[in-house]
Amino acid sequence: MKKRRGKAGRIVAAACLGLLVVLIVAPLFAAGARAEGPPEKKSWQGVDEAVVEKIAREQGRKPWPPVLFRTDLGDLPLLMFLLAGTVAGFAAGYYWRKLLEGRKK
Amino acid sequence: MTPFSRRKWTITLLFACAILLGHALPAAAMHISEGILPFPWALFWFCAAAPFVALGLRQLKKSAGADLSFKPLAGFMAAVVFIISCIPVPVPIVGVCAHPCGTAISGVLLGPAVSVVVAAVALLIQALFLAHGGLTTLGANLVSMGIVGSFTGFFVFRLLTALGARLSVAGFVAGILADWCTYLTTAFIMALGLKGSAPFAPLFLKIAAAFIPTQLPLGILEGAITAGMLVLLAKKRPDLLLKMKVLRAREATQ
Repeated sequence: MKKRRGKAGRIVAAACLGLLVVLIVAPLFAAGARAEGPPEKKSWQGVDEAVVEKIAREQGRKPWPPVLFRTDLGDLPLLMFLLAGTVAGFAAGYYWRKLLEGRKK
Repeated sequence: MTPFSRRKWTITLLFACAILLGHALPAAAMHISEGILPFPWALFWFCAAAPFVALGLRQLKKSAGADLSFKPLAGFMAAVVFIISCIPVPVPIVGVCAHPCGTAISGVLLGPAVSVVVAAVALLIQALFLAHGGLTTLGANLVSMGIVGSFTGFFVFRLLTALGARLSVAGFVAGILADWCTYLTTAFIMALGLKGSAPFAPLFLKIAAAFIPTQLPLGILEGAITAGMLVLLAKKRPDLLLKMKVLRAREATQ
């Protein structure tokens, strides 16, 4: 039983490590592509722009500006994402801890 | 499990969340953007999603009353679905960012109905504060990511475990299929809403084909996330998985 758990833990740890490496390295490729590509072409768009909004425009529907949140406010979107990330990360860690405490009880 | 290693796992999880969110940038999601669907279709998808949300709220109340560890699990999954469905993952060959959905794992752990509520909360916050998706398209996004993602993940996982598949394999396949079905549903919803007087099938195939280059690898990532979390929980809280009927007693004692 213990041996199986140890193996599973190692697999998960290796998967997490692999994911972290990909996520750290991938933006470097993205930065390189941005530097080499033509400045007017927007690289590494989200699928919503590259597929959803593009096809909607082709069909004659334009996306509306967001109701509350504007994306043309400099670094404010970044701040919002950081805040959301902090809150969500805290919530995930908090409930994860509560789940583990539940086991102890 | 020693206190040190428990702390180590918690710190690793939080560190991973922080790194993932450090790369998050606006406007990199699969969500159907604000205003893209004509009003009648937007309303139709709200009406289609409403019974599932009502059922999920009822189920959440019932399960939280019956089991004290259900609420922390639902809170944990809400944060996880919010985080996972915000992360723009670059797909190097294609040069486009896309994201997994996270509803496969929440569907498996919480049940598909409660998972729909979790997805609704995540999508609403993203639409209001992060410019992901939109309020008019909330119903449509909930149908594709919340309902189809959760139910596909749940039923595929249950089917595979009933057939004797290992936890990791069942989780992996459930994650992949939930992701792909979510994007197929997005293509379906968009084609229905945008076709006008043109035939449905060519536009549906065009949108579905446009998703393939990013979602083939992203589906595999979603499968890996789903399987990884299930294996981790089976290691840390096998009793919880037994209670949620994710594991059977025979499998937990193996």
